[in-house]
Amino acid sequence: MDVGDRDPVTGQLTTGHEWNGITELYTPVPRIVFFFLFVTILFSIVYWVLMPAWPLGWTYTKGILGFDQKAVVQSQLAEAGAEQSAWTSRIDGMDYAAIQADPELMKIVHEAGATLFGDNCAVCHGTGGTGGKGFPDLTAGAWLWGGEPEAIAETLRVGINAPHEETRVSQMLSFGRDGILVRDQIDDVVGYVQSLGPSAAAAHDEEALARGAEVFAGNCAACHGEDAKGNRDLGAPNLTDASWIYGGDRQSITSTVYSGHQGLMPSWEQRLTPTQRKILTLYVLGLSGETQ
Amino acid sequence: MVAQLSKGERQLSVIVLLALALAGLAMAVAGRADPLGVHGIIVILFSAALIFVVLAQFNAPEPSPERLKDYYDDPSKVGIVLSMFWAVIGMALGVWVAALLAWPDLTIDAAWASFGRLRPAHTSAVIFGFGGNALIATSYHVMQRTSRARLPGQFSPWFVLIGYNLFCVVAAAGYFMGVTQSKEYAEPEWYADIWLTIVWIAYFVLYIRTLARRKEPHIYVANWYYLAFILVVAMLHIVNNLAVPVSLGHAKSYSAFSGVQDAMTQWWYGHNAVAFFLTAGFLGMMYYYLPKRAGRPIFSYRLSIISFWGITFMYMWAGSHHLHYTALPQWVQTLGMTFSLVLLVPSWASAGNALATLNGAWHKVRDDATLRFMMAAAVFYGLTTFEGSFLAIRPVNSLSHYTDWTIGHVHAGALGWVALITFGSIYAVVPWLWRRQAMYSARLVEWHFWLALSGTVIYVFAMWNSGIIQGLMWRTYNESGTLTYSFIESMVAMHPYYIARAFGGLLFLLGAIIGTYNVLMTITGHSKAVEEVGEDMPHRAGAAISAEPAE
Repeated sequence: MDVGDRDPVTGQLTTGHEWNGITELYTPVPRIVFFFLFVTILFSIVYWVLMPAWPLGWTYTKGILGFDQKAVVQSQLAEAGAEQSAWTSRIDGMDYAAIQADPELMKIVHEAGATLFGDNCAVCHGTGGTGGKGFPDLTAGAWLWGGEPEAIAETLRVGINAPHEETRVSQMLSFGRDGILVRDQIDDVVGYVQSLGPSAAAAHDEEALARGAEVFAGNCAACHGEDAKGNRDLGAPNLTDASWIYGGDRQSITSTVYSGHQGLMPSWEQRLTPTQRKILTLYVLGLSGETQ
Repeated sequence: MVAQLSKGERQLSVIVLLALALAGLAMAVAGRADPLGVHGIIVILFSAALIFVVLAQFNAPEPSPERLKDYYDDPSKVGIVLSMFWAVIGMALGVWVAALLAWPDLTIDAAWASFGRLRPAHTSAVIFGFGGNALIATSYHVMQRTSRARLPGQFSPWFVLIGYNLFCVVAAAGYFMGVTQSKEYAEPEWYADIWLTIVWIAYFVLYIRTLARRKEPHIYVANWYYLAFILVVAMLHIVNNLAVPVSLGHAKSYSAFSGVQDAMTQWWYGHNAVAFFLTAGFLGMMYYYLPKRAGRPIFSYRLSIISFWGITFMYMWAGSHHLHYTALPQWVQTLGMTFSLVLLVPSWASAGNALATLNGAWHKVRDDATLRFMMAAAVFYGLTTFEGSFLAIRPVNSLSHYTDWTIGHVHAGALGWVALITFGSIYAVVPWLWRRQAMYSARLVEWHFWLALSGTVIYVFAMWNSGIIQGLMWRTYNESGTLTYSFIESMVAMHPYYIARAFGGLLFLLGAIIGTYNVLMTITGHSKAVEEVGEDMPHRAGAAISAEPAE
């Protein structure tokens, strides 16, 4: 290669070529570049010798460490399972009351339950379990299907209106849309339902209230009960407490009576292990303050 | 601009546009019950609009043969303006999706505005719209000057530029309709891919023909990089997009690959798109505009050679580092990781070669924001390639993978390297192309520089924090051996960083808007014209006066 002028700043010669005013210096490659090329290539060669690296047609070089990511992950899973079995076997073998009486196990239930709840339940029931419109508040103690551990565990296992063979089934009919009740009747029964709650204001219209009570007895009591305290065999909510799934204001109740509801909770039998569901049951009980 | 085309070229343009409109009509009819039909209508409208543009000056007098003595810069000019246009669109989409991540309730209730459709529209608009147009425009400019040869014809440069933008429009319109083959950075469906293949082969042929006409005995290093970019992107694009359409009347196609082979092909493509689209092409840009603007010789020709061959050889192996700890056989991961580590050396050699070129011109870096854009780009190039090799190490990747650290890394490269070198090059080339003494406002260039730099730094720091916190939260265990944090808790922890990211992106967008305004003001004659215009010609030997920094 021809060598051209000397650059006054660096003292290096140019290559003698010029492109549209651009020249290049003939500066030698700094040694550090070769040094790091050597170091990185040496590291690579050592790593290839130690680890699975090069394909050989039907197989590959296995590496002298015998390291295999599938074997590693399997042994790590087995190890973690063995570590956890110290307490999972106790949880599996004990009944709910016995676990609740064991502070050491309950600490694990709270830690593991919080993560299980966050990953599986919080998306509907909220991170604190307080629910939202259409999603029951689990901290209120207003259980639709029963607040005993066995009842909660069953709800977790089969779900509600879920695609599980034994699913719990519950439906609030569309009294308005299906023409079972007319507008005036809905107005009356909504007024009556509102009068049942603990914070109900004094009724303005005793006559309407009486009409509403009549509509209630004829249409709603079958599921919600004569006393409107609900029926846990049918998942029918108690209408006399302060807890509302779809809202307790006049408009929300009207819309519920008119259109009905058929809320869905997934079944967790396929997704979570029996131990995980047991932990979640205890965790959910804890949310409502019914732990001890 | 049409008047500069010869009568034969005008006729050819109309014929090609008519053929394109017919192809659009065929798509519209065959795909009338499918998004393909909408794409057909877009192609018809696109071709029809251009036919009118050509017909408006169809009977203008034949241009003077004198023009053939000068470089052909009209396509470069249009490409620069299109590039700035796509920058604003793409970055605005980026700020929108960043805001959606911070405040999900901001969404409007429309399918096209869902995150999953906006996000590829953002990535394609910035990578292909902004980056691609800048690469095509500057490659025309650089190869003519460093080869001292005019482009071989006037039709094919337009065919490549406009055909490429048609691809970008079809891609973006497709995302909003939900048309995607779900391959990252290769989302457009089979017909858009076929069209891009035609355009890209025309680009390759155009480039080779220009090089064949060169008057310089040697091929300048910038052209090695541009050529590597064009050649390898063609290869990547064709292989990764091999697919069988459901029918000729449907947008949907099925990839020729499946399972882990599909994943490997996709990331062989994906990482080399980073390598040859977002690195090699922009290194070509840097190797021309940085020494021109600095008025300095390249630090070392020999270093250029080592880095070029190092980069082109090593990058080809690195894609599997995107698939650490997956179903991909471990030996492929090993090769990806080790070649990624060696790759650091030629990458830093390139960054070092650029920075050392500035020796003797550091006072210009201090005073000239345009050169400072290029200097900062070289620094970010070095930082990002270091980070990339680091993240390719398997145990590091086990922490960083699937977290925002990856997003931070990509944006350190995309904002810090690709966008800064592009803005620097555009600020250098706009006064040269439009024969102005300088940009309309040097102060606005300064504002753009600091907005872009602070936006990048805020963005990248936010994502580093967010990504590392995410990675650590996902691997924290209780004493009992269960996970401490649920996924949703890691989402809550991300919230402040997502707000910071949206803010950093907003600063970057503001800079791009200021830059676009500055470019438009410069080319519409709000800055002084250069009086001597005769030097920047292919038949003249030596330097061009008008190509000197004018500030």
